[in-house]
Amino acid sequence: MSARTTPSRREFLKTGAMVTGGLVIAFTVPGVRRFARAERSPADPFMPNAFLRVGTDDTVTVLLPHSEMGQGIWTTLPMLIAEELDADWSRIRVEHAPAAPAYAHTAFGMQMTGGSTSTWSEFDRCRQAGAMARAVLIAAAAQRFSVEPLACRTENGVVISGSKRARYGELAEAASRLPVPKTVPLKDPRDWKIIGKPTKRLDTPEKITGRARFGIDVQFEGLLTALVARSPVFGGKVKSLDATKAKAVPGVRSVVQVPSGVAVVADHFWAAKLGRDALKIEWDLGPNADLDSARLRQGYRRLAGYEGAAAPDAAEVREAPPWLRTLVGGKSASAGQTGNIDKALAGAAKTIDVEYAVPYLAHAPMEPLNCTVRISANKCEIWTGTQFQTVDQQVAAKITGLKPEQVEIHTTFLGGGFGRRATPTSDFVSEAVQVAKAAKAPVKTVWTREDDVHGGYYRPAYVHRARIGLGSDGMPTAWHHTIVGQSIVAGTPFEPMMVKNGIDATSVEGVADSAYLKAVPNQRVDLHSPRLGIPVLWWRSVGHSHTGFVMESLIDELAKAAGKDPVEYRRALLKGHPRHLAALNLAAEKAKWGTAAPKGRARGIAVHESFGSYVAHVAEVSVENNAIRVHRVVCAIDCGVAVNPESVRAQMESGVSFGLGAALYSTLTFDNGRVQQSNFHDYRVLRLDEMPVVEVHIVPSTDKMGGAGEPGVPPIAPAVANAVAALTGQRLRELPLRLSATA
Amino acid sequence: MKLTINGTEREVDAPSDMPLLWVLRDLLGLTGTKFGCGIAQCGACTVHLDGAPKRSCVTPVSAAAGKKITTIEGLSADGSHPVQQAWAELDVVQCGYCQSGQIMSAAALVAAKSKPTDADIDAAMSGNICRCGTYQRIRAAVHRAAELRAST
Repeated sequence: MSARTTPSRREFLKTGAMVTGGLVIAFTVPGVRRFARAERSPADPFMPNAFLRVGTDDTVTVLLPHSEMGQGIWTTLPMLIAEELDADWSRIRVEHAPAAPAYAHTAFGMQMTGGSTSTWSEFDRCRQAGAMARAVLIAAAAQRFSVEPLACRTENGVVISGSKRARYGELAEAASRLPVPKTVPLKDPRDWKIIGKPTKRLDTPEKITGRARFGIDVQFEGLLTALVARSPVFGGKVKSLDATKAKAVPGVRSVVQVPSGVAVVADHFWAAKLGRDALKIEWDLGPNADLDSARLRQGYRRLAGYEGAAAPDAAEVREAPPWLRTLVGGKSASAGQTGNIDKALAGAAKTIDVEYAVPYLAHAPMEPLNCTVRISANKCEIWTGTQFQTVDQQVAAKITGLKPEQVEIHTTFLGGGFGRRATPTSDFVSEAVQVAKAAKAPVKTVWTREDDVHGGYYRPAYVHRARIGLGSDGMPTAWHHTIVGQSIVAGTPFEPMMVKNGIDATSVEGVADSAYLKAVPNQRVDLHSPRLGIPVLWWRSVGHSHTGFVMESLIDELAKAAGKDPVEYRRALLKGHPRHLAALNLAAEKAKWGTAAPKGRARGIAVHESFGSYVAHVAEVSVENNAIRVHRVVCAIDCGVAVNPESVRAQMESGVSFGLGAALYSTLTFDNGRVQQSNFHDYRVLRLDEMPVVEVHIVPSTDKMGGAGEPGVPPIAPAVANAVAALTGQRLRELPLRLSATA
Repeated sequence: MKLTINGTEREVDAPSDMPLLWVLRDLLGLTGTKFGCGIAQCGACTVHLDGAPKRSCVTPVSAAAGKKITTIEGLSADGSHPVQQAWAELDVVQCGYCQSGQIMSAAALVAAKSKPTDADIDAAMSGNICRCGTYQRIRAAVHRAAELRAST
């Protein structure tokens, strides 16, 4: 998902409205009327709006409009509600809201979780929801006490007037019969008691005892389990199927064909797995059967202008395989241009012309994808961990022939998301609906880890080429940046709205809108978005996952060429960007930048804006036996008001770990159309013994709020690469970072 | 086949080579033990057999017969095991999916070593993957759990 600062946010909003059929979006708090199934009960009589219920036992149940996938929203949004409600924090309960229009994202118009947007987009709505409830509880208490509402105050779940006190639970019944005000004043930030206070997670008790229910844990009488055999090559189709042996496996109930492949439906996972292993399928592999990473890279390099920019001859085009043909002689789109780039490059005191590259990546959330579906005559029930309720609902409705409101989505905890559980095609949900429909039974479709690694929806591979000219003062005067890589939204329902003039903003975010480029008089950003059959998707920090690496590495390269200190050089370029500078300076100060690093180590720094927040990391690295080891990371973030500083810290630690796995290890490669990695032994992610000490500092800030889930990722790879360059002299321009053996 | 799980004897009808993980989850409804990789690479499925940590995804159920099986559900009645207490105190979890396995690995470690060093933690815990990156807090919580265990 693109950042709020990229042009596509507005477009996304329109797209959301398009997907949902023209939903009206506002920052108002929807009433109870506008949702499907979470109804009042005698125990929970007071439900002033769609976001909370007050029970006679004093519990306040928050209906969470966003999905909890580790980012801590299960705690942060209730903090907003509890703040204005003056609730007793120990009586807060949380459940995921049903899929319903009331829970549409305030900025995107559809129910979803992504783009590091949950906290800022709910900041007003959740506080208002709490304040409305409080106003009604006060009105009920005023009636009971026979005083004016103004004579009442609230504290910790109690309304107080003089010596009179009434707990919220005692007032819930009476409050349920009173009108709900349309607008209520919110607290002055100086009066906040909960917002800004480090607060422990509310989901810990169930997550440390095994009680937390994830999608994969859904069980009920009569539920079957399916595994699906999918083409080993993207775009392949079943040519012939022999299911005789599979059907003979004890516990296998049926074998059904679905658009994505062949599903083996069984009493439990193990029988489904053995059944799937026993399938004999001949595949028509389709147009991507000989796709390979080496030739893909060559094609991308050619698009970036390397290796003879001259147009290929007709024979070359004719002989190229279909997937490669799209890379031959492709035209670029312009993501921006000022000044005269050629003239400025020619006249520069110094120039660099460098190529950067990043690979395809899988999200590999710890909970393998899964989705449980039960279809009846007038209802389709879905249990899954999803980031994209509204889209899933639409897709399931289309497959079952039901109306979207007849599709009930029960959002479970997500065992990690990172973007993989937000697919514009609803791939894993739609497949599960197809399986349940074909099997004519309630089915939980489960993916294995191998299915996940082979299943597509990857962070696309990209090649960047940067030609940069420096003036005699060492500052950049010309910057020509070319990016080559698949568009995430091309071919999806989001394309018409999110791709403008050939530019998918998520491909160039972090470059085209970079603060650095604003200071460069002559610049040009070009984009090639080849259309390939590899399904791609947003991966935690989206475009910034590659542009942050490239830009912050380039800045260090330029600093070196200019003979300047990397922090000083950034300060000079970022004049007029106080939030970048605040993060940069705080991280540099806390890491004691400018003092000697411990023996055998070096430091590297990077600062990057994404999702409305500004994060700087200083990484301290050593190299042993040619392997890069990161010992310590000092992080500073400016995200505006940090509603839950503890959660912001956790997300920075998380971003460092996630980004470091990609910086040092993770890569997906293709040979003969097949992904060569399959599980955690060859798709390497960070492990505990590789985790650096992470020290997080939050910039005190009341600036516009940004996100926290993603912004910690982009600056870690370049901070490490910059440290490695400082230590070894080797500038590594490709992820994962690998030192050459001769170093 | 008879299994002793969390102190209770359970009868299951399962092929002898069915992994313990799926017997626990799909036949006995003990879903706290998680599936992450199926090849003993991630540790999400960690349980104790006679107190030793084992990856249940590659342990045939027949190998667990006659042994005391402990799952996350049986680690404590109320989440009060020192490891669970330390996890709560240090706010370790994020998505939470890997944490059953993390906690079972950590519980076995602190039972075996009263004062685990960082190197002990590296050795015992690096087989448990967490994609949310809670590793720093896990390390601190293992040290804290050892302290809590010593003080009780």
